[in-house]
Amino acid sequence: MDQSPMFETPLFETHVGSPRNRVDGRLKVTGAAPYAAEFTAPDLAYGYVVSGAIAKGKITNIDTSAAMAVPGVVQVFTHQNRPRTAWRSGAYQDEVAPPGKPFRPLYDEHIVYSGQPVALVVAEDFEIARYAASLVRVTYEAEKHQTDVAKVLGEAYVPPKKRSGITPPPKPKGDSEAAFGASPVKVESEYRIAVEHHNPMEMHATTVVWEGGGRITVHDKIQGAQNSQSYITHVFGLSNDDVRVISPFVGGAFGSGLRPQYQLFLAVMAALELKRSVRVTLTRDQMFTMGYRPDGVQNVALGANPDARLQSIRHDLIAGTSTFEDYQEATVNWSVMLYRCDNATATQKLVKIDTYTPADMRAPGAPTGLFAMESAMDELSYKLGIDPVQLRLRNYSEVDEANGKKLTSKELRAAYQIGAERFGWARRNPVPRSMKEGRELIGWGMATGAWEAQMARTAARAVLTADGRLEVASATADIGTGTYTILTQIGADALGLPMEKVTARIGDSSLPKSPVEGGSWTAASAGTAVRLACDTVRQQLFKYARGMDNSPIANADLAQVAFQGERIALISDPSRFVTIADAMRAGGVDRIEAEETAVPDKLVQARYSSYTHSAVFVEVRVDEELGQVRVTRLVDAVAAGKIINPKTARSQILGGVVFGISMALHEESMPDHNLGRFMNHNLAEYHVPVNADIHDIDVIFVEEQDELASPIGVKGLGEIGIVGTAAAIANAVFHATGKRIRELPITIDKVIGTKETA
Amino acid sequence: MNRFSIARPGSVAEAVREVTTHPAAKFIAGGTNLVDLMKYDVERPTHVVDLSRLPGLNTIEETGEGGLRLGALVSNTAAAYDERVKERYPLLSSALLAGATPQLRNAATMGGNLLQRTRCYYFYDAATPCNKRQPGTGCPAKDGVNRIHAILGTSEHCIATHPSDMCVALAALEAVVKVAGPQGERSIPMADFHRLPGNMPEKDTNLHGDEIILAIELPEPRFGKNHTYLKLRDRLSYAFALVSVAAALEMDGEKVVEARIALGGVAHKPWRVPEAEEMLRGKAAGREAFSAVADRILQGAQGYGGNSFKIELAHRAIIRALSQAAAGTPQSQTDKRIQ
Repeated sequence: MDQSPMFETPLFETHVGSPRNRVDGRLKVTGAAPYAAEFTAPDLAYGYVVSGAIAKGKITNIDTSAAMAVPGVVQVFTHQNRPRTAWRSGAYQDEVAPPGKPFRPLYDEHIVYSGQPVALVVAEDFEIARYAASLVRVTYEAEKHQTDVAKVLGEAYVPPKKRSGITPPPKPKGDSEAAFGASPVKVESEYRIAVEHHNPMEMHATTVVWEGGGRITVHDKIQGAQNSQSYITHVFGLSNDDVRVISPFVGGAFGSGLRPQYQLFLAVMAALELKRSVRVTLTRDQMFTMGYRPDGVQNVALGANPDARLQSIRHDLIAGTSTFEDYQEATVNWSVMLYRCDNATATQKLVKIDTYTPADMRAPGAPTGLFAMESAMDELSYKLGIDPVQLRLRNYSEVDEANGKKLTSKELRAAYQIGAERFGWARRNPVPRSMKEGRELIGWGMATGAWEAQMARTAARAVLTADGRLEVASATADIGTGTYTILTQIGADALGLPMEKVTARIGDSSLPKSPVEGGSWTAASAGTAVRLACDTVRQQLFKYARGMDNSPIANADLAQVAFQGERIALISDPSRFVTIADAMRAGGVDRIEAEETAVPDKLVQARYSSYTHSAVFVEVRVDEELGQVRVTRLVDAVAAGKIINPKTARSQILGGVVFGISMALHEESMPDHNLGRFMNHNLAEYHVPVNADIHDIDVIFVEEQDELASPIGVKGLGEIGIVGTAAAIANAVFHATGKRIRELPITIDKVIGTKETA
Repeated sequence: MNRFSIARPGSVAEAVREVTTHPAAKFIAGGTNLVDLMKYDVERPTHVVDLSRLPGLNTIEETGEGGLRLGALVSNTAAAYDERVKERYPLLSSALLAGATPQLRNAATMGGNLLQRTRCYYFYDAATPCNKRQPGTGCPAKDGVNRIHAILGTSEHCIATHPSDMCVALAALEAVVKVAGPQGERSIPMADFHRLPGNMPEKDTNLHGDEIILAIELPEPRFGKNHTYLKLRDRLSYAFALVSVAAALEMDGEKVVEARIALGGVAHKPWRVPEAEEMLRGKAAGREAFSAVADRILQGAQGYGGNSFKIELAHRAIIRALSQAAAGTPQSQTDKRIQ
């Protein structure tokens, strides 16, 4: 049993740090966990969205007569008859909106992207609504659109307003241009990724329950119930008392549930207008009519001395955004931050295209930028004739090279060493095309991953009742990450309870304030908040225990007792204890309640940067003749501070790694630029890996003590698994084949193609 | 999805009557394709005739001429795992197992598989033009997203492919489709069952609207161990073929006596070139001979940008498939690693 060093009083860890099953696992596998589209209400009406066909222009006519004539149709909402909502576009800005004017569904006749919702049919059942939706006739006046980033690179601009919460590209260091010119060894290349859509298993959906008197309860697929709540209150002019959002379970989201999606607006609009409960569920096709991981044109130029020390780093990105918002994510920063180099420049520009605004998708920016940077580092290693791991160690930095700040911790060196050892990297023949088995070429590649370790202001409540049960609560979400479970573990250890006596409540706007679950900050933030609230309960409970008549721990202070086994016992003599029940009886209370807020330490933030890191090692086997690439072995060594639950943590990394394999080999939203529309909008043609594509994945958590990243030592895990994976695979493909593929995904055509050979 | 009535006829004759009296009717059996298409508003039948309970179409029987007769309602799973099919027509079993997923194969029928419609993105998206879905509206695939499209037998009106794996094997095996209509029964050889798009891309097959598929008849088996079904796709399962090759060889030692080669994923129908197959007669099996055959099969192949790689990929796939067949080492559909 370890003692946690971060708080003044010791915490005896029975559950924290140990593998534990998901507390919500049984609910999920038995179907008892309710998702947004599974909540119901008496007299529920069903909405079906009519999606637009053109990318840009105007609706000249919407004929809803045939739809309205279908028995069972309640109403067809269009821009012509929608109820009034807030007129200021600012009212539509949610917690994580980028700068700009958010898309307003059914606002007017203008079409700004293909697939835009143009009508909502509400009917007595889903089938009627769907049928009637097919009868809505929309006539358009199309205007010339542009959806191809590559065609408008000349119009790139630096976004005038930075997106809140996103670290902008670092200030230039030294003179990267001159240093590049003077470098004896150089690489410079362009890299592209494909647009990807999140496609969580659960489609976006909202069920609005009409409570009467203008009050509604909303079940939304959202990564933060309070973000939906404030969106609704601002857009529809309601108060927090009128709107409660309850979203206890989210069937995956990967960022698509950070911002309220258009079905929330449509469902609430219809419910308020019809004064009845309404559910709107999107189809899989419509999952391609919202935010996406943006494509971009990236250029990376690296200069080095023959001793493999970097002399110059330059990373430039031009990425697409919508015509109405300036979406920004941290893409190029990593290239400067990671490696010791006196001359470094990173720039990020945008071009406007006629699509929906891109959206944060798992580790937004990092796998994109590090695919380019870590591919370039690999290219440089061959030019220098140095092992790729050695190149990274040669340029290893102990500070944040983007701003010179110290790091709260960085065990990346250990991650390289432990990962390489587990993988057997030392046995690698460095020569491309040198490793073969039968018909297959074997390639070993590696790359570095990084993600910001963040903490966000988050509140939590703890309530201990006389029956010895504890409830911990915060308005955060669990999108499949394991939040319920780790909050339960933290609460259980704080008060010395078995996990069965602790209940975590989240996903409800009426609970203590929390930001959206995202950015890998939830474990650190909500975890700390729960710990703080439980600490306040501990102190109160301890007071009662000590003040009890003839208390066996009367002379002890808090640091001298352990909360374990539902008792408060002297550490020096565990036979002297008070049970929780007795302590509460002594205090004359049947509940102890505390609410606390976890706040990031401003002083720490001023002095330190904090990141999670990973070293990814990959084996691919390539049938070169037929262009087949299989990722047969992968080791991901992750340094991410304290691991609260090694079991759910491993699942997070496995999921991230599979996401990365998918990015490297499979995922691609294919735009038809003539139509301005993504065409493969279903899961038959938008490919993610199947079981047959996934082989051995070995996840290692590298020991990392960090007392500054967050008070509970946690750095977060949701994103780091995907970062670096695609680059490592591309590097392995080069090692196998001698072919450098700089455009994802690495599909058969690119492997057998003759272009892009290094 | 539109509203529709549904009928459950008790006999083939009754089923035929149902569609002759309802011109906008569609037959449904497993429903694995039609239901999808109805949800996407690509098919909008006002009357659906459910064949799934018709008696007598769900069996696998000897033809009496050494072949097998596979009833139209036999599921893809039942056919693939039938001992007689596995033993005598392993190429067909293999192709069936290369397709879709176990869940889909359990529901999909042999007759329905013949009538699978293309996976062209534009065909599936009712908001875009498509000559196959709505004749005369145009074909955006030609200069649009056409990674999965045809390189052989295309027309200016349509470059869609037929997506079935099963049909590719049936073409190589020279199966015959038995159908019934108002005028009685007739037989359609596989080579004539599917059409090229020409100027009528809306028509996938030469089956008449009022005809029902009764069975697929396989001729006497003859290819022994020298066969393979090689399917190349963007992931190892649950993906349609970019290119697939069904190859069957009759060997005499190192020499080829007879060859059958059919390609999937490259045309509006399973693609066979009998003259190319003839080229192998009496030749020693080997890369050189196979390459010449591949050249001949792909003569006139045309790419449209996104799918141009298929020409080279098909060439290599033909060589690999013939090599696998000649060696008697057919592609495994369980360990999906390509041999």
